[in-house]
Amino acid sequence: MKKLINEIDNIVDEMLDGMVAAYPKYVRRLEGLEVLVRAGGSEGKVALISGGGSGHEPAHGGFVGKGMLDGAVAGAVFTSPTPDQVYEAIMAANGGKGVLLVIKNYTGDVLNFEMAADMAADEGVEVEKVVVADDVAVENSTWTAGRRGIAGTIFVHKLAGACAEAGGSLAEVKAVAEKVIANVRSMGMAVDACTVPAAGKPSFDLAEDEIEIGIGIHGEPGTHREKIGPVNDIADKLLEKILAEGIYNAGDDVAVMVNGMGGTPLMELFVANKHVKEVLDGKGINVYKTIVGNYMTSLDMEGFSITLLKLDDQMKGLLDAPADTPAFVQM
Amino acid sequence: MSRVYECLTKIGETITENKDFLTDLDREIGDADHGINMTRGFHAVAEKVPSDLEDIGAALKKAGMTLLSTVGGASGPLYGTAYMEAGKVMAGKTEMTAEDFKAALEAAIAGIQKRGKAVKGEKTMLDALIPALDAYTAAIEGGADMGAGLEEACKAANEGIEFTKTIIATKGRASYLGERSIGHQDPGATSATLTLETIRDFVKA
Repeated sequence: MKKLINEIDNIVDEMLDGMVAAYPKYVRRLEGLEVLVRAGGSEGKVALISGGGSGHEPAHGGFVGKGMLDGAVAGAVFTSPTPDQVYEAIMAANGGKGVLLVIKNYTGDVLNFEMAADMAADEGVEVEKVVVADDVAVENSTWTAGRRGIAGTIFVHKLAGACAEAGGSLAEVKAVAEKVIANVRSMGMAVDACTVPAAGKPSFDLAEDEIEIGIGIHGEPGTHREKIGPVNDIADKLLEKILAEGIYNAGDDVAVMVNGMGGTPLMELFVANKHVKEVLDGKGINVYKTIVGNYMTSLDMEGFSITLLKLDDQMKGLLDAPADTPAFVQM
Repeated sequence: MSRVYECLTKIGETITENKDFLTDLDREIGDADHGINMTRGFHAVAEKVPSDLEDIGAALKKAGMTLLSTVGGASGPLYGTAYMEAGKVMAGKTEMTAEDFKAALEAAIAGIQKRGKAVKGEKTMLDALIPALDAYTAAIEGGADMGAGLEEACKAANEGIEFTKTIIATKGRASYLGERSIGHQDPGATSATLTLETIRDFVKA
């Protein structure tokens, strides 16, 4: 394993300090905790808190700032943060109008955030939660833990964050988050696996000419493996599964995110996006806005995901609203 | 050093010795961190639980709270809850009888089931723990002492591990694999069995 690290055990700690050193205008770190909150606080507004295992940077600390999150909790690499950390984030970010937890649907995240919500509610804080489950690679049935939450979570941060920034109540902010969750779907793939520093070896093995379709953002195996082909064909497969949801139809306006997994050049993401736009155009689905970049990564994994969000007028307004965070700036 | 502290550190040593094994099992059907997370948790347990604490309930409660705040993932809340619930049963006690162990294990399992919303047969730690409790209960009701009861519990837990190889995971990250989870033993059932085996060896030593 070749990594630019010092001590494996200090990665998250050093990363958070490094983020604060880079963006003191945006974020401050709660002392002794793996929590970033807005440098200027969140007084008088509904606070949005997200978090999860580390290794998905810039998610979630990179989205703490005006128009998006109020706090982000970082667990160990690919491991949910613990309830005490989430609890401290809730107490620190609470600006008196309640707190919305944005949770990606993983058993560990849901368990730890739920325990923290219970603890904060016991202290009289109004806490609500939403669970993002946008990954269509996973069948949503009683036989699984439900669909995983992946890159679509960024749209929840953006739209619900804009609603909170505009003075929305906790109920209104939660309603926006739920509307996004109902209308957002994603699917990813990997060209090559990621290496969790503490594990020291790739989380799965792919042959030289093999790719994994439906990969999760922790290197969880996907739906199947196949021989690599042109990126257009790969994008077609991801889009096909997303469009099969029946949410996105001719005449609809959508936001598109082509998200890199951490180890894929932007060049390749833009090549993928060219085709995504062409396919959607061909189906009469109007691309209202596109975001291309590394937003929900998976350490050094090579690969990408496609996310579609169907928009109505309210959601367009929230998507277009200003945001000023370390990883997402929009005037 | 109190007996309960010694036992907790022995469990930590076993987990640490099996760190790579547990992580490799988790790599097959999960996210390759079970051994790493549990080892981190038990290192903290050895530091945070006072080594001279004789109150078994208080020690287990402290161990549970420590696991809860250091392990993360799903294992943290589940093991944390298990130790805290067992701690409630043992509150104020400085010795553990065969009956006490049954009640503590029962409480731990009930806590895991409530927090994880899981039942037997879903390829989780419950597939080792529930048969272990049943075997233990049958043994001590038949007159076995705690060590002999734990012997039976460990046999049943190991059979439980074997059983997890034959079934599809429906809880946690492994559930995303569907039928591809068949053939792999559950890491949680494995760490739970290692825990029981360590307690058995400790009691019989």
